[in-house]
Amino acid sequence: MTEIGLGHYLTLGAVIFSIGIIGIFLNRKNIIVILMSIELILLAVNINLVSFSIYLGDLTGQVFTLFILTVAAAEAAIGLAIIVVYYRNSGTIRVEEIDKLKG
Amino acid sequence: MIAHAIFFYVFSIIAVVSAIMVTVSKNTVHSVFFLILDFISISCLFIMIGAEFLGMIMLIVYVGAVAVLFLFVVMMLNVAQQKNQWFVSEENSGHIPVGLLISAIIFFELIIVIGGWKYKPDLFETTNPIINEISNTHSLGQVLYTDYIHIFQISGMILLIAMIGAIVLTFRQREGVKKQSYLKQISRERSEGVEVLEVASNKGVKIDD
Repeated sequence: MTEIGLGHYLTLGAVIFSIGIIGIFLNRKNIIVILMSIELILLAVNINLVSFSIYLGDLTGQVFTLFILTVAAAEAAIGLAIIVVYYRNSGTIRVEEIDKLKG
Repeated sequence: MIAHAIFFYVFSIIAVVSAIMVTVSKNTVHSVFFLILDFISISCLFIMIGAEFLGMIMLIVYVGAVAVLFLFVVMMLNVAQQKNQWFVSEENSGHIPVGLLISAIIFFELIIVIGGWKYKPDLFETTNPIINEISNTHSLGQVLYTDYIHIFQISGMILLIAMIGAIVLTFRQREGVKKQSYLKQISRERSEGVEVLEVASNKGVKIDD
């Protein structure tokens, strides 16, 4: 209990990953919260990579965390730009009312 | 060791609770604030575990750029007033048990993997071993700019393309906005700008423009 090992960090990553997936499914509000849930999932992946990197003594995990960080920033920028354009065209970003594709 | 445990539990409980609040809270602005709190506590965990550079980059990139970008978009789009009713909406409440089921399955799969996992130290050769004599930033830089230089360049290209894409998506030409046109200003000539008139005495000059 007092000895924090790799398993603790991996469990934390698993918990945050699952919360992100719950956020994608349960969200009825607006699409921005879905983007935030995707950020949470990427954060959980980063936790896993960094903790493996530290506990196994290999620096490669931290390097790839850096790349995931840049990809997450690019994804957030593009996603928010798409949301802004959609709001300008249709006037709403509620998840229930985005049904143009009839899915 | 006990301090490590205490700090780990404090930061991870803050992280998990704020992650739950991101998905649950009614106001979108509050969700963004809880997202910021989540990023801060995770970066504290990174600094504590020994990855100082990534913790600081996390603070700068996520809290300083991405979360503020979210905040700007939330405030611009006027979605904070939309009172949501995400347990009340009847026709869509079928999503909720499915989502809970799927995330519970994923969580237990991950936990099973973590529980049954055993590390065999000599299975793979560690490609970039962590050296304790130099700092974390130093060793990351030594690896990042030599072995991973191509991936580093590609990630820079990804950022460039994302920037161009965001500008192209949100750019629009508005009607009726007066703008300065350098080309028009530079290409103005004397023949079309100035006209010399013979003015007869006691008669005015008619200007048509």
